Formats: sequence, C-alpha cells, structure tokens
Amino acid sequence: MTRLSAAFSKPHPALVAFITAGDGDTAANLDALVAGGADVIELGMPFTDPMADGPAIQEANIRSLNAGTKTADIFALASTFRKRHPDTPLVLMGYANPMTIRGGDWFASECNKAGVDGVICVDIPPEEDPELGPALRNAGIDLIRLATPTTDAARLPTVLNGASGFLYYVSVAGITGLQVAAQTSIDEAVARLKAHTDLPIAVGFGVRTPEQAANIARVADGVVVGSAIVEIVAQHGANAAGPVRDYVASLKQAIVAARKV
Amino acid sequence: MTITERTPNSFRNQPDERGHFGQFGGRYVAETLMPLVLDLEREYRAAQQDPAFAAQFDDLLEHYVGRPSPLYYAERLTEEVRKNAPAGKGAQIWFKRDELNHTGAHKINNCIGQILLAIRMGKTRIIAETGAGQHGVATATVCARFGLPCFIYMGAKDIERQQPNVFRMRLLGAEVIPVTSGAGTLKDAMNEGLRDWVANVHDTFYIIGTAAGPHPYPELVRDFQSVIGKEARAQMLSRINRLPDLLVAAIGGGSNAIGLFHPFLDDKDVAMLGIEAAGHGLNAEHAASLAGGRPGVLHGNKTYLLQDDDGQIAEAHSISAGLDYPGIGPEHSWLKEIGRVRYDSVTDTEALAAFQLLCRTEGIIPALEPAHAIAAVEREAKKMDRDQIILANLCGRGDKDIFTVAEALGTTI
Repeated sequence: MTRLSAAFSKPHPALVAFITAGDGDTAANLDALVAGGADVIELGMPFTDPMADGPAIQEANIRSLNAGTKTADIFALASTFRKRHPDTPLVLMGYANPMTIRGGDWFASECNKAGVDGVICVDIPPEEDPELGPALRNAGIDLIRLATPTTDAARLPTVLNGASGFLYYVSVAGITGLQVAAQTSIDEAVARLKAHTDLPIAVGFGVRTPEQAANIARVADGVVVGSAIVEIVAQHGANAAGPVRDYVASLKQAIVAARKV
Repeated sequence: MTITERTPNSFRNQPDERGHFGQFGGRYVAETLMPLVLDLEREYRAAQQDPAFAAQFDDLLEHYVGRPSPLYYAERLTEEVRKNAPAGKGAQIWFKRDELNHTGAHKINNCIGQILLAIRMGKTRIIAETGAGQHGVATATVCARFGLPCFIYMGAKDIERQQPNVFRMRLLGAEVIPVTSGAGTLKDAMNEGLRDWVANVHDTFYIIGTAAGPHPYPELVRDFQSVIGKEARAQMLSRINRLPDLLVAAIGGGSNAIGLFHPFLDDKDVAMLGIEAAGHGLNAEHAASLAGGRPGVLHGNKTYLLQDDDGQIAEAHSISAGLDYPGIGPEHSWLKEIGRVRYDSVTDTEALAAFQLLCRTEGIIPALEPAHAIAAVEREAKKMDRDQIILANLCGRGDKDIFTVAEALGTTI
C-alpha cells in the first residue's frame, strides 16, 4: 500500500494541507502540519506566474522566489521531510514550466529520490499528458488530476485516464483562496465523481473554517486547505509553526468529528 | 476570410489536431478552462465552414476597418538607404500599410474575428489583456461596436506610461483594471486575464491579442491576421507581377509577422525575417525570446521563453511596450526550428533611429514596434541588389509613442 492510499484508508477523511516551499521556515511549518494532524502534505513549488492562484498564494510565491528559493532547495526540503516523517505522504503542487524545464524524466527521478509520493500540475491537462505523465508513472509517482465544475460527465473519463493517488475536486470555477462553493453543489459533485471512479476524492478551493471542512468531510474522502494556512505563514513569518499547528489541529478535529455524527 | 487549403508537404498545415506546431503550442491550461478551450475550437471549426461568418468578417474589415490597406513603395527611404550601400546594392523597400487601419494598428483585424466568434458562442462579457494599450483599444473598439461590456487588464506600470490609450479605452466604454502583481506589465496582465476567465467561464470570452496562448488561439489569431499577407501577395502580383524577395516584420508575440508571413510560406523564393526587440542589447535587458530564451510552458502554450535554469520567467524589456513580453507565438518557434523563417533582433537605439528615418524620408510616423522592422530593413536592403524587393509590415502608427520617443530623445512635450 502506498503512503497516499494508506492516508486515505484511515477511519476518518484525510486532511490535505498546503504550504508554499521557501515561504517562511518551511521545514518547521511542514513539521507543524504533521503535528497538527495533516494526513497528506501538499508542498507548493513557487512560480513567477501562478495564474490559477489567488492573492494569498501569489504573494507566497513572490516571497519565496525573492528569498532565493531554487528547485534544488524544494527537493532538499522534501528529502529531509521524508527522513523525519517516513509515513506522511508528500505531494508537490505547481506549474508545468518549473516541473518540465529539465525534462519530465529528470523531474520524476528527483521526486523519486526525494521520497515524493505524488505530483499535481495545474497547467498540464490530460491533453498534454506526454509532457509529464509517462515519466511520473514510470518512476512510480502518482499523477493527481484535477476535476472542476466545468468537467462534465463526457469529459470525466479523459481526466481519470492516467490519474492515480486521489482525485482533487476544485469546488469552484475560479482561483485559489477566494470563493467558497455551496455545500449542495459539493455534495452533488462528489456523488457524480464517485460514480465514475474508485479513487479517493479530495475537495478544495476556498476552504477556511473547521465548519466548512467538517461539511465537506461528511461526503468526501479528503479536505484540502491551502490559502488559509499560507495566510498564517504570511502573518507570522519565521514564527508561524505554532499558529499553523493550532489551526491545522482545529481543522483536523472538525474533520474527525464530522464522520462520527 | 477563406479556408486555408491543406496540401501535403506544405508549411501551412500547422498546427496538428492537438494544436501542436512541431513540439510547440498545445493547450497547457487549468482543467477549469480546458472544456472552454475545446468549445472554442469546435465553434471556430464551425465558423470556418460557415460562409456567413466569412462574409461578415470581410464586410467589417472593408467598411469598418478600411481594408484593404495600401501597398506602398517607399521611394525616398529606398534612395536614402542606397546612399550608404555598396555600388549596385540597395533593394527596393515596400510597406504594407496596416498602420492606416481604424484604431491605427493591425490588432483590429484579430479583434473583429474574435468578437464575431464570441457572439456566435453566446458570450456576453469580453475580457482582454494589453501592454501598450493597442490591443486594449482595439478590443474596446469592437466591444463598443457590438455593445458588449469590456474589461481590460493592464499592468499598473503600463497604465502609467500609456495614459492616452487608457483614456481612449475608457472613452470607448471599457473598464481598465490595473494589475499590480509581478512587475505590473503585459505578462502580469495576461495572468490576471486568465484568472478572470477561470472565474467567469460561463459568460466570458477572452480576446487574446497575439498569436499565442492555448490552442486554438495561435491558429485563429494567425488566420484572422493572415488578411495582411493575402492582400499583400495579391497586391504585389497586380502592381509589379512578382513576389517580394524578403518579408520583414517585428515580433513581440508575433501576430503581425505571422499574418504577413503565413500566406507566403509555400513560396519558396520568398525569404522571411522576423525581428525581435533586443532592448538594451542581447547581453543586457531585452525581449528577444528566440535569441535569448529556450523552450518552456507559459500562458497555455509551449514556446521559446526568457527564463532561468529553474524555469522561472524573466522580465522582458523593450522601449516598445508592444514587444515587451518574455515569450513568442508558438508557430514562430516552430518556423525558427525548421529554418523556414530567419529571426534577428534590433535594439532600442536602432529602433529609435529608424523611427526618425521613416518620419523624415516618407512622412510616416511609425509605431515603435514596426520601427524595429524598419531598422532591419535598412540593414538587409544594403546587402541586396537594387532589383530585389523587400516588403515590410508597417503594423502600427506612432501617435501612441510620441511621448516615449520624446523622452528618449531628451525633449519635453
């Protein structure tokens, strides 16, 4: 069983927590996510042009790049994380150009060496899969695809073909961190996706409060929280680990409680 | 507009069915946008088969834009260049006068085509990005003409240096939205345009200004701009019964260049030269993606980009805001790789000199974008025989640039 499938086989839905690599004390913040109870870690790779992200993650990318973060630093963060936390799955999330600039095979091989479990690439849709998909699959790295409110039933099989790890349902047509989807639309979407796939469904975009996380946890296999954590890092800078851990713990508590109701 | 003939072994058969020009192009967009991009392609294919669409496009180009634009022999410029050329050298210089279009540049050709597609698709809200403001003005113009609300994303820094165009867009009823992320220039405006589109997928059409972005944009922008080359080819044949020896055009994203080049790509005796902006020089800040970049993925397509070893995108620089972009349309990347088109660059200083040369010799104030092409024309003409012909695209007029040029020349106006 892979680390990712183990994380989605727990008795409660998985809390998937995102931070941007190189923004603040990333190693300490990663530890704080685990200490707070995150079941899956998404580590964002900063990019100069994050066109699917809202202001919070855009600014985190700029802070990270201005601090001099290189791709090699991100893999170093992943490697050391893996040594400290042998069982917590780590997923890299980012944009096509930093992932493919040295070739998909190079990237997949680095992921493998660093103990990365999966990759989410925002701007490589199934239609451009040859750019990265085969390299990741050959290296045993899960390629996590995104489904959105615009992904209709006719298109869904295309998205699922070659997807593994889990399916990330982007609950709003929009950018990260701003809008929140209506719970009824999330319920319907998760039911629709589950009719097409056995992959775990994690739901994200705009999730901020423990109440929202709990509502999603009642229907989905995972809840993704990103911008809200990144904002805590922005607010507390190098001393964000404590507040990050407390916030993540509050989300986790709500998620665990949600399924007991 | 007519449908491009598809013949084997043609340079005009690109892109393939997946939107790739060789290894370039493609559809590198977020999943939210992917269904829209596929819809747009379906609708464009239907429009290509619909004589009514072509008729409306042609009619608007003739009666609203003022096409065909003239083909002009620049006799005094030719003579001026010959003065400094070796004996027997100094090719004849001809211009395709797209600066005489309504709104003052070639950008309007594409905007007419795209707004007709938007209306066909039932979209009720138009967005666009702009750098210098020419594409923003052209988009605001067609939105006013068809009564659609228009939102233009423009870098905060560009808004500051292009106030006349900002005012024009507002007069035309558009809302100009300042973009403060990144360096506040064209690249950031395009990011923000994509963010708007992803959040307003159901009612919004994104009118992209150059032959770049996810498929089918590079193809359809090229097709709409190909009116330039089709007219020029026919005009050359009817005026002097021969084709030019060399085509020259400036390249930012590359829409005016691909519009001129594409109809000539299978004329094997016609050479082509695309001119990138070398800014302060290729060893300093510039905007020459082919000369100084390498292939990568940005804004929905794979193409040559200015970037570092990690794939982080660099800021471009050119005195011409319209060339100030770190990428280039994917078809140019392909044409460079297969060697059908030659690419070279011209600095800010060379472009400024050519700008003034055209003002004085021909009584034409060009935009800074084609001033780059004119500098290259001067360079090439001196190497070519007197009976040879260069045709350059005069893709925009310089009214918008007089403040920039005055500042560069140390004059206050």
